Amino acid sequence: MTRAIWPIARMTLVEASRRRMLMALAAMTFLVIAGVGYGFSKLPEIGGSRPLNHDDLNQISSILTILTFFMFSFVLAFAAVFVAAPAISSDVESGVILAMVPRPIRRSDIVIGRWLGLSMVVVIYTVTATLIELEVVNLVIGYLPPHPFEAISFLVAEGVVAVTLGLLFSTRVAPMTGGIVATILLLAAWFAGIVGNIGFSFGNDTVAAFGTISRLVVPTDGMWRGALFYLQTPQLLAVQAIAGRRAAANPFYAGSAPPLPYLLWTAGWIVGLLALTILSFRRKEL
Amino acid sequence: MADVAEISSAATPDGVAAGSPAIHTVELSKRFGSTVALAGLSMTVPRGEVFGFLGPNGAGKTTSVKLLLGLISPTAGEGWLLGQRIGDLKTRRRIGYLPELFRYQSWLSAREVLALHCELAPLPRSSWNDEITTALDTVGLTDRASDRVGTFSKGMQQRLGLGVALLGKPELVFLDEPTSALDPVGRHDVREITRRLRERGTTVFLNSHLLSEVEMVCDRVAVVDHGRVIALGTIHDLLRGADIVRVRMTGLNGRLGQLEGFAAPSEDGEWLTFRNVKEDQVPDLVAEIVRLGGRVYAVESQQQSLEDRFLQLLEDEETK
Repeated sequence: MTRAIWPIARMTLVEASRRRMLMALAAMTFLVIAGVGYGFSKLPEIGGSRPLNHDDLNQISSILTILTFFMFSFVLAFAAVFVAAPAISSDVESGVILAMVPRPIRRSDIVIGRWLGLSMVVVIYTVTATLIELEVVNLVIGYLPPHPFEAISFLVAEGVVAVTLGLLFSTRVAPMTGGIVATILLLAAWFAGIVGNIGFSFGNDTVAAFGTISRLVVPTDGMWRGALFYLQTPQLLAVQAIAGRRAAANPFYAGSAPPLPYLLWTAGWIVGLLALTILSFRRKEL
Repeated sequence: MADVAEISSAATPDGVAAGSPAIHTVELSKRFGSTVALAGLSMTVPRGEVFGFLGPNGAGKTTSVKLLLGLISPTAGEGWLLGQRIGDLKTRRRIGYLPELFRYQSWLSAREVLALHCELAPLPRSSWNDEITTALDTVGLTDRASDRVGTFSKGMQQRLGLGVALLGKPELVFLDEPTSALDPVGRHDVREITRRLRERGTTVFLNSHLLSEVEMVCDRVAVVDHGRVIALGTIHDLLRGADIVRVRMTGLNGRLGQLEGFAAPSEDGEWLTFRNVKEDQVPDLVAEIVRLGGRVYAVESQQQSLEDRFLQLLEDEETK
């Protein structure tokens, strides 16, 4: 690591903290977690005069935990895009970058430093928020998903993918434009993933290819499905498996974990997009 | 006055020899689409000089600075700073820069901004405290060191920018409109800082609209217009040969064009104003007027101000 990467990454963390972004995220997340905790605490009473047995409670808790993580995944992806898309372009617009670039630092240091700082924000937020969420559910109702750390890791990866995408636009277009374009891409990828699954469930290879291609072009949906798989209980998986291919049409079901080649592709995608971002920023006229 | 052609033919510097000029450019050009921002900048700025870079808005001044600092890339031409090609990272350790339009991170304090730039410079950590204290003291921000930059006025941000540019005692400092947001006290301070830099042997490249300030502190100046250097030399060089002689006389009605060796003057009643008349030509002018039958009552020799000369140069350029 050259000497400039860490100061720039650190500045990104300081910025997130002093601009009260982390505080706002934390406040809103704790509010949501408190609400979710209260909701889980009321689950045993949901059956009225017929109390739910342990298996039923686990089943419902599993589904609700998946939905809560889905909400986190959305918040995370959009928040990541909204902080990454203006990260460099706003510095260019305001003139902050003019004082930094003539220093003996490479432009790649600025890009990597920004990416590292933003990725650290993603890791801090995701790990803290989801661990607290899972612990609250565990305390309230005694439920924990089968593979929480794997699920959180995939959620972190989804956030890092979103950061990387937002940062690329940050070197080329205005902050607001970058945010809008990246958001549309994320939503399109998510939607194409669902459409692809529906195509797969009905045996339509052309429609199924939509999902495959979208997960290759923007791997956020692929990462979410990894998190989803590790949040499902064996019982839930068994119930869905009865439906065979048709189960794939359920957007909250993942029959398998993302295969290793796909994980390698995602890692390569992040590195490749980062390289493209560096190239783009190197050519930028300031 | 040294002319542009002479400057262009200067030898290309090589290596990092201390004798290499602070700045040397050969036909440095920049186009933005069909717009020519800089049309072949060729100049040499020796070390230790305070060099003024003058020109009207859109003349290519800031473009030149950005090219020299690697913020934008040239369309053609070459340039060297401190003996190394533009863009050399190691050379940038020895350069300070105050941009024209800039901001610092509003969520940082003045001290933190300076610390960040000490780290990016990079300066030895043991020197940071002294460097920061000196910079804050030099630009008069010691009392506001712990305040967030976001609370600073434009002038205070400019002072901070100057402090950042001076960190690490650079050998070459680019100041792009350093006083544009400053009050008269601030401008005086910048002049004093510039003079101290010269005493220390630092080369200062001063990009400014404020001709009176340039006149007060610069050893040499270049005037740019339409992306080209149209004059370059010391202030004395630029103003020499640009003197004005006013003559109160009568008796030459309709025969002013017959004055040999002197351009037709402008008339204001009995007063005639001759431009570009050197001091030693005044007796010849008077003799010529008398030879043609004129009667001379008074002769006033005036030196043009830099502003007058600047405007005249631009006017001459327009009529070419």
